[in-house]
Amino acid sequence: MTHVVEGQALTQDYVISAGMFGKPKLLRAVKGANFAVEQGKTLAIVGESGSGKSTLARIIALIDPATGGTLKIDGQPVAIGRGRVPRELRSKVQMVFQNPYGSLNPRQKIGDVLMEPLMLNTDMPASERHDRAEAMLKRVGLGPEHFNRYPHMFSGGQRQRIAIARAIMLNPRLLVLDEPVSALDLSVQAQVLNLLGELQEEFGLTYVFISHDLSVVRFLADEVMVMNKGDVVEQGSREALFADPQHPYTRQLFAATPVTDIEAIRARVARRQAMRLATSAP
Amino acid sequence: MSLLTIRNLTVRFATSTGSFTAVDGIDVHVDAREVLAIVGESGSGKSVSMLAVMGLLPDTATVTADEMTFDGRDMLAMSASERRRLIGREITMIFQEPIASLNPSYTAGFQIEEVLRLNAGLSSREAKKRALELFQAVGIPEPERRLASYPHQMSGGQCQRVMIAMAIATNPRLLIADEPTTALDVTIQKQILDLLMTLQEEHGMALILITHDMGVVAETADRVVVQYKGKRMEEADVLSLFEAPKHPYTKALLSALPENAVDGKLPTVSDFLIEELPQ
Repeated sequence: MTHVVEGQALTQDYVISAGMFGKPKLLRAVKGANFAVEQGKTLAIVGESGSGKSTLARIIALIDPATGGTLKIDGQPVAIGRGRVPRELRSKVQMVFQNPYGSLNPRQKIGDVLMEPLMLNTDMPASERHDRAEAMLKRVGLGPEHFNRYPHMFSGGQRQRIAIARAIMLNPRLLVLDEPVSALDLSVQAQVLNLLGELQEEFGLTYVFISHDLSVVRFLADEVMVMNKGDVVEQGSREALFADPQHPYTRQLFAATPVTDIEAIRARVARRQAMRLATSAP
Repeated sequence: MSLLTIRNLTVRFATSTGSFTAVDGIDVHVDAREVLAIVGESGSGKSVSMLAVMGLLPDTATVTADEMTFDGRDMLAMSASERRRLIGREITMIFQEPIASLNPSYTAGFQIEEVLRLNAGLSSREAKKRALELFQAVGIPEPERRLASYPHQMSGGQCQRVMIAMAIATNPRLLIADEPTTALDVTIQKQILDLLMTLQEEHGMALILITHDMGVVAETADRVVVQYKGKRMEEADVLSLFEAPKHPYTKALLSALPENAVDGKLPTVSDFLIEELPQ
C-alpha cells in the first residue's frame, strides 16, 4: 500500500547574513525528516518556536521546495522548482494556517474565497462552483446567508471554519494544518477539532497537523513526531509516545504541559497551605 | 483580609451603534498573598474589568462601581495624583504581548531604570544597581548585557521576564497578569508561571491572573472566578471548581479540554444547558 505522503531525509537550509564579501552562512532549519502517513491517518508534528515544524509543514504543503531529500505524494516524487505547482498536484495538497485573521483576504467575500480554488485549479462552470461553495459552507456549519459576507463579519472560530472549507473545496488527499486551533478559545477549539475529525472520516482525508499543544495532539494524532532545533528527536505512535516518552526533550515538553488532574491540584493546594503555615508561624 | 474589593463594577463602551456593556455588575475581591484566577473566553470582559481598575481604558469607556477599595482606601474618591501613587507602585500589571509592551526605541535597562527613578524614587546610580539585581531575580541570562539590549534583540520569554522585573520593581502588593503566557511556548510558559509563583510567595504579594487556559488555572490559582459575556458565572476555590463545577458554563469549559474527550468527540458549550447562560 502506498502512503499519501512520504518524506525521506528532508532538509531545508536558509541563507542568513549573506554579506557582499565573505561566505554566506547557512542555517539548517530541518535536519533530515523521515515519515510516511497512510490515508485517513494523522501525523502530528510537535515542537516549539524555532523547532522547524512550520518549515517542514511548508515543504509538505508544496509551498517551499526542500533543499535536500525526497517528498512523495501518493507515491510519486514531487519536485517543485521555480514554476507553479501543477493543478493536479495542488488539488491533492492543501493547507490551513494558524491565524484565521491573516489568512483570509479582507476584501474578498466568503463565497469568492471558497470558489477561487475551483476557478484556479479546475474547469468547472460558474454555476457549479457556486453550488459547491454553498454546500461546503453548510458542511462546515455555516449557512448560505454567509455567502456574500466579508471576513471581518465573522468570529475567529467561524473564520477557521471558512479556511478549512476553502482547503477541502478541491477534494484534497492531504491537508496540512499549521496550528489551526492555537488562536482559538477553548470551547471554539473543541468545535473546530470535532469538525476536523468529522471531515477526516467523511472524505478520507490525511492530516499533517502541526501543534505545540500536547493535549490537542493526544486527542487527534495517530503518529507523532517531536522536533527540536531542526532535529526529529522522537517519532512513534501516539500510544507509545504518550505512554513512554524516550527522549529527554519530549519528557521536558510533557513536564511543562499544565495538568488539570484533580489529584495534582489537590497536591499543589496542600503544598501551598503547608508553606503558608510555615511562613505565618512565628 | 481583603486587599482589593470591587463591588458591582460595570463598564460600558460608547459605540457608533449605541452603548455596549462589556462588564456587567462584577464583584471581585482578592486577599493579600492570594492568587486569584479570572477565567473566561474572548469577550468575557475579564481584561476590561482589570483595565478599569488600572485606569487604562480609553475615553469611550464609562466605569461605574458601588465600591472600589484597595487596602481600605477608596479608589473612586481618589484624586488623580493619589491614584498615580497607587497604580504602578502598589498595583502593577503585565500584559499578553511582552514584546509589544516594551518601547522598541529604548533599551530594556533604560525602561526599568525609568520605573525605578520615577516610581521607587531612586537616583540614577541606585536605579542601575537595582535594575541589575532585578534582572538577576527574574532569571535573565547575562543580565549586564541584557540591560543594554533592545526589545527586538530578545525572545518573547525574555521580554516577559523584563516586564515582570519592571512590575515587581516597586515591591507591589498586587500584580495583575493579563494572559502573561499566552504568546509563549509551553516550556517557556512553565518557566514564567514558576517565576511568578516564586515571586508571589517571596514578596508576599497578591496575584490576579487573567487567563483562558484551564491548565494555567490548575497550576497556579488559589481561587477562581469564571466570567462569561461580562457576567460572573461562578466563584470557587480551585479544587472545588475542578472537582465539582457548579455552573453549566464552567462544566462546559472543563469538558472542552481535549483530555476530556468522549469517544473521539469533544463536548462543546452548546451541548450544555445553553438557556441558562445570559444571551
